[in-house]
Amino acid sequence: MNASRRTRVALLVFAVALALVPLSGDRFWVQFAAKMMIAALFAMSLDLLVGYAGIVSLAHAAFFGLGAYLLAGLTNGAGLVSPLATFPLALAGTAVAALVIGFLSVRTSGVYLVMITLAFTQMLYFLFGEAPGLGGSDGLYVAQRPRLSAFGTTLLDLGNGRTAYFFIWAALVAIYLLLARTVRAPFGRVLAGIRINEARMRTLGYRTRRYKIAAFVAAGALAGLAGVLDATLYGFVNPAIFGWRQSGLVLVTVLLGGKGTLYGPALGAVLLGVLEHFGEKWTAYWNALIGAVAIATVLALPGGLAGLLRGSRG
Amino acid sequence: MRTPLSRRAVLAAASAAAASAMLPRRSFAATKAKIKIGLLLPYSGTYASLGNNITDAMKLAASEKKNRLGGREIEWVAVDDESDPAKAPANVNKLVVGEKVDILTGPVHSGVAMAMMQIVRQEKTLTIVTNAGAQPITGSLCSPNVFRTSFSNWQTSYPCAGVMLKDGRKKAVGMFWNYSFGQESMSAFREGFTKGGGTIVKEIPVPFPTTEFQANLSEIASLKPDAVFVFFAGAGAAKFIKDYAAAGLMEKIPLYGSGFLTEGVLGAAGPAANGIKTTLHYADALDTPANKKFREAFKKATSREADVYAVAGYDTIHLLAQALDKVKGDTSAEKDLIAALEAARTESPRGPFRFGKTHNPIQNVYVRLVKGGREEVLGLAQKEADDPAFGCAMAT
Amino acid sequence: MTTSLVAVQLLNGVEYGLLLFLVASGLTIIFGVLGVLNFAHGSFYMLGAYLAYFIAERTGSLLFAALLGLPVMVLVGFLVERLAISRLYARDHLSQVLLTYGLVLVFNDLQRALFGNEVHGVPMPRALTGSVALGEMQSWPVYRIFTSVACLCIALLLRQVILGTRFGMRVRAGASNAEMVEALGIDVRKLFSALFTAGAVLAALSGMLAAPLTTVYPGMGEGILIVSFVVVVIGGIGSIKGAFAGALLVGIADTFGKVLLPGVSSAVVYAVMAAVLLFRPRGLLGQPALQR
Repeated sequence: MNASRRTRVALLVFAVALALVPLSGDRFWVQFAAKMMIAALFAMSLDLLVGYAGIVSLAHAAFFGLGAYLLAGLTNGAGLVSPLATFPLALAGTAVAALVIGFLSVRTSGVYLVMITLAFTQMLYFLFGEAPGLGGSDGLYVAQRPRLSAFGTTLLDLGNGRTAYFFIWAALVAIYLLLARTVRAPFGRVLAGIRINEARMRTLGYRTRRYKIAAFVAAGALAGLAGVLDATLYGFVNPAIFGWRQSGLVLVTVLLGGKGTLYGPALGAVLLGVLEHFGEKWTAYWNALIGAVAIATVLALPGGLAGLLRGSRG
Repeated sequence: MRTPLSRRAVLAAASAAAASAMLPRRSFAATKAKIKIGLLLPYSGTYASLGNNITDAMKLAASEKKNRLGGREIEWVAVDDESDPAKAPANVNKLVVGEKVDILTGPVHSGVAMAMMQIVRQEKTLTIVTNAGAQPITGSLCSPNVFRTSFSNWQTSYPCAGVMLKDGRKKAVGMFWNYSFGQESMSAFREGFTKGGGTIVKEIPVPFPTTEFQANLSEIASLKPDAVFVFFAGAGAAKFIKDYAAAGLMEKIPLYGSGFLTEGVLGAAGPAANGIKTTLHYADALDTPANKKFREAFKKATSREADVYAVAGYDTIHLLAQALDKVKGDTSAEKDLIAALEAARTESPRGPFRFGKTHNPIQNVYVRLVKGGREEVLGLAQKEADDPAFGCAMAT
Repeated sequence: MTTSLVAVQLLNGVEYGLLLFLVASGLTIIFGVLGVLNFAHGSFYMLGAYLAYFIAERTGSLLFAALLGLPVMVLVGFLVERLAISRLYARDHLSQVLLTYGLVLVFNDLQRALFGNEVHGVPMPRALTGSVALGEMQSWPVYRIFTSVACLCIALLLRQVILGTRFGMRVRAGASNAEMVEALGIDVRKLFSALFTAGAVLAALSGMLAAPLTTVYPGMGEGILIVSFVVVVIGGIGSIKGAFAGALLVGIADTFGKVLLPGVSSAVVYAVMAAVLLFRPRGLLGQPALQR
């Protein structure tokens, strides 16, 4: 109990500290921190699937990518600029894709699911890389950053770095609170039950597959949100974001941070981002280093950073 | 080295009024300060050898200029872009916003270039594209502060159509990797070939970067065209050449392509490559004093052979040196600097070089033939080829 | 398409399928018995190809490269199993995916450090160069005939080993019930170690066989890994017969996809996979009872 309160205080301090980053006035670090927050949101969304429902999916980068592309498509194709229109539509689109892929994947489990989700990700990667109508391999610009205006005045301009930063910050905090509530709610409990013993949950009368698909859709839509925010921040989307390595990387992030804790994966994302920023300068073998981190985490730190924190404090 | 600098920058900015960040960023550039050149190139991944050759050639050219441009000492800031467009916006920002480089150069990958274009168009950073051939860079996205010292995809493939027609091949099959480089090369070839009276029997897109060609080779054999035009590069090119020869097609249907089909893969392809005709703005075997001097110096400096990628890096620094000398190293004089670059001329290892209206090179394109495992230059495919620059307002 | 072209394309599809089978068989055996999903399988394929290049360039003989390279791969496979994979047997899929994903990244950079980033060709054995004419225009490389026959032979050998030897019996027993095998006094640790090593060697051997056809290049392992996954999923994970059927299906589907649907050919194999899964969620020959 004590440790959890300390965690909560630490998270609050961390959130406030993040909110103060724009005061530095340095555009680079503001954008860097925004990128970290998007990565944190992305990792948290996967944690719902991996850490709570016990579903190991490699399709998560695909939903991130779909979200980003949907924002680009809605802005460029349909001329929608208001985030009140584009964000919900992009999320809905991602959710539908997650429903289709989830429906096909969740029929299986374990290792089948890993491979099938990988194959779907690869399929989307090829689709967006090859079809010139979808931007082709060079990607697309988001013609106009999301902007909310009413009666001739601009209320919210996400093309402004600082505004986008606070928007992303608010989204991260809101999604964290939402997810934290969800995993404690009956829905989250059922997911945990499925992870531990699906057969028992079924005999108890739960339609486990429906719960799993629901988790898949929820996690996919949130990954889509991360993608939407990424496209908002950079104004550029490219099929490389669908790569299976991205899916692998976010899994590493979740496990490094500590699955099933929500804040752990967020922490993992920040740590990896910072490590990458500085690590790339002194080694040409950055990817091997990430690989080594993944191996070391599996072998020596199965609880991840969160486990380490809890272990040393509680 | 760079970490404390940027941390100091953060502190300084934090203590000052927040508005200080809004000041124009080059206003403080003292003429005597070092000139910061950003390199956004791949040093790992598939294109690492290209990134290394471009970098080393730039440093070679710099050493010929005593490491000074317009009287200012050069400070290099390199970022490994891994040829990963997913990371590109962050990497470009690292150089443009984080390091505040005076001049940005790179990249190899055109997806990375697209991310870069978006940012430098907004930030107005003087940018020299040293490889990526994507049409929009000097076409629909062209910008006064962006120059290119390499090529446009059009320049490498359009002239090939003329060469094929001159050889009397009127019926062709086109085969290409289905990503932007391949698509743009194919469309330039198609434009030239149909304009010249040829017909393209079939176009075969192959998913990038897969290299399983056998099915399509059987198909080509059954279509019996006069010739085949292909776009592949690197590993895929080597494999394609070997497959094409092994399927017994090399003797029956001559193979043509953009020069990237044979660049850097002759060793891997072996004797299978003999007889391939390609077009490109450079050839290792170009018999000019400038090329000989460059190749010898590059070999001496790196103990590697120079290539078309290195040439672009080498020319970049020489052109910059000319322009910066003219403005006496004052990078804040943006208009004068751009005008000086536009007026720059160089006797490049590839032949005479100057920038066109859209800042794409105007350069000769050569016909090359692989013979006895080596590339021979047969002559000019197109003299002073100038990209048509679709959709660039600067073209008129 | 004319009938003769269809026949040639069928041949192409089968040839590609046979090579895919060789890669996928190791993957499916390792999963079937050890219960480990090995992402590093593609890395073994790549290492095999690079070893073939490295040794063949120095000795001038691909056969020599195989003779020298395969023992190296035995060592690599053994070490990877002992140091990393053996700690995974009791762990969940997430740990397996992550650890072997980490291995992929490490092996990629290792390849870069040892062999560089360049593309290399591997010469075919002289006796196997040239091609056989099939009709007026079509001809087929001798080396492809050789790899097809070699893959078929290895497939038959695998079948013989698994069905006809004591080792194979243990493998089959291990696949259906590992605890039982242990209770019978068989050292499961050794069995698993041997099997994983065999899988790594199979992958490397495929890489060596394919090297003269594909040339060797960075990242060559990942493409084949993902297609092998598709093969294994279609066939049913753990089933060698299934992998064989899946490999042929994928090989043929991919070949005809390339000819008939050029713009979207890369999606064809995945569409086939989705269709198979819709009707048989555990693959063509997967056992529904096997809850791994």
